[in-house]
Amino acid sequence: MAGLNTQISGATLTTFRPAEDLIIPDVKDVVEESVSGRAPEGSDPISDKTMVLNMGPQHPSTHGVLRLVIEIDGETVVSLAPDIGYLHTGIEKTCEAKFYNQVTPLTDRIDYLCPMTNNTAYALAVEKLLALEVPEKAQWLRVLFNELTRIQSHLVWLGTHAMDIGALTVFLYCFREREELLRIFEAVSGQRMMTSYVRIGGVALEPPVGLFKRIRAFLADFPSKIDEYEGLLEKNPIWIGRLKGIGYLTGEQAIALGVTGPPLRASGVDFDLRRDMPYSSYEKFQFNVPVATEGDVWARYKVRMLEMRESVKICLQALDGMPEGRYVAHAPKILVPDREQMKTQMESLIHHFKIVTEGFQVPAGEAMSAVEAPHGQMNYYVVSDGTTKPYRVHMRNADFCTLQALETMCKGQLIADVVAVIGSIDIVLGAIDR
Amino acid sequence: MSDPATNPATPEAVFGKEAVAAALADHAAVKGLEAFIVDAKWDRNELTLTVAPESIVEACKAAQASGYNFFEDCTCVDWFPTEPRFQVTYHLLSHKLKQRIRLIARVHGDTPSIPSITSVWPAANFYEREVFDLFGVRFEGHPRLTRIMMPDNWNGHPLRKDYPVEGYR
Repeated sequence: MAGLNTQISGATLTTFRPAEDLIIPDVKDVVEESVSGRAPEGSDPISDKTMVLNMGPQHPSTHGVLRLVIEIDGETVVSLAPDIGYLHTGIEKTCEAKFYNQVTPLTDRIDYLCPMTNNTAYALAVEKLLALEVPEKAQWLRVLFNELTRIQSHLVWLGTHAMDIGALTVFLYCFREREELLRIFEAVSGQRMMTSYVRIGGVALEPPVGLFKRIRAFLADFPSKIDEYEGLLEKNPIWIGRLKGIGYLTGEQAIALGVTGPPLRASGVDFDLRRDMPYSSYEKFQFNVPVATEGDVWARYKVRMLEMRESVKICLQALDGMPEGRYVAHAPKILVPDREQMKTQMESLIHHFKIVTEGFQVPAGEAMSAVEAPHGQMNYYVVSDGTTKPYRVHMRNADFCTLQALETMCKGQLIADVVAVIGSIDIVLGAIDR
Repeated sequence: MSDPATNPATPEAVFGKEAVAAALADHAAVKGLEAFIVDAKWDRNELTLTVAPESIVEACKAAQASGYNFFEDCTCVDWFPTEPRFQVTYHLLSHKLKQRIRLIARVHGDTPSIPSITSVWPAANFYEREVFDLFGVRFEGHPRLTRIMMPDNWNGHPLRKDYPVEGYR
């Protein structure tokens, strides 16, 4: 793959071997046969022949740089092999060279649709290592912004999924609503997408005056917007025909293949970390977990639409019951002190200087945190050797496993349905490749 | 933080096989995996069980039988230059018990190799390929152990501790 461009520019076509350089071993035999143009002996050259089709890496419906090597028989998918790694940035290696605080901005960047959730997961793991108690207000703020992130991520999913299937209007509507959410994120953290708002020990800043009112206005309006999307899509015979009965995944298959989040719940498995293994005071919120039993693309669509409505409920509860108090824990040797304190107190200045230049030590050990991200279960596994930098950070992203299940979902379907299935599993390649 | 209601007996930290077996006698994983445990620790509300690399497949089957139905991830920690160098880590989740356990297998650094658990959980497929790609640990019996993140002609395994973070090699 890496040497491909140089081979072409060197114009030495004799050294350019597509069958060896490009093709994934599983379908190599098939490709060699199609390259040489010979059918296997004793077979009917027309009816027995399958074709290998490369979809991606830069196909509008692959949501990034996902390459799918699809073997098709006529229009039916015989096998499908995802080829990933085009966005591999080695972010886990980079984490090992940074202080614990400096890793937080990196966690934004692995999944640009749910930065707050990634921040939360990382902060929870480090807080577990430090045995740091987080104030209640910070926990509730995390819940509030995690749920707003879920709505934001699902809006991008709905827009792109609908666009894959040809419904462009919904895409524009979804991005209209998402814009208001991004402005809310900007108001609270100064950034639209790479927020870094959730920090170790709490959150970065007190939300500005008037923001809660603005969020309330959005939440009051948003359920009618969901009605609007559903009105556009669910009465549309093309949308129904393209979604129902496509891309089946049973509950057993989903568990065996490690699928989490909405695709798992759409297959009839009733498991949600927010309800079943609560973190960050989710146990204090009342909400339903949408579950569907069909396991097809339509079920995944319905589960996410219902999830957005539940998220609105959780956000309203968080706004109504937002506790008073500090938004960040009191741990002067671990957390950067307030700006005002720094100007007046010598100790705060010293702590700030030490934390910024030397970082803070984390007791040796290992910790795993798991949160329910919009795409599924997001785990951070942090290993500390007692120094100021993490020894190892591993990010388990739901999309990585969901992609493994793509072949199971697409086998036997038509090639055009692969596009619908990719849209329904809602993957972000930045999170898969890391 | 894990919930004390769903996790039995939560002392602060317990190290060693016997101590963990005594402190967490009614824990499903401690009972179910008794035959395979080499070492154990209970730390920060998390149970870590060390098993021998050659018995990882049987240990995973035993864990599955004890209710840990969901494979979360498989990763590796490079403890260079100590031996055994690689710590292959598996996280298993139980939907019913609402618990998580961590299985650890220590693998030597000269020709690192461990049996593949794809026969128990197909979900391990991509994760084992990733560990093979980035750490160079071979998973015997894996259906298709090829590089997944790096190009096929890449030299070295980037997440090893003796691989530089930046600059040319």
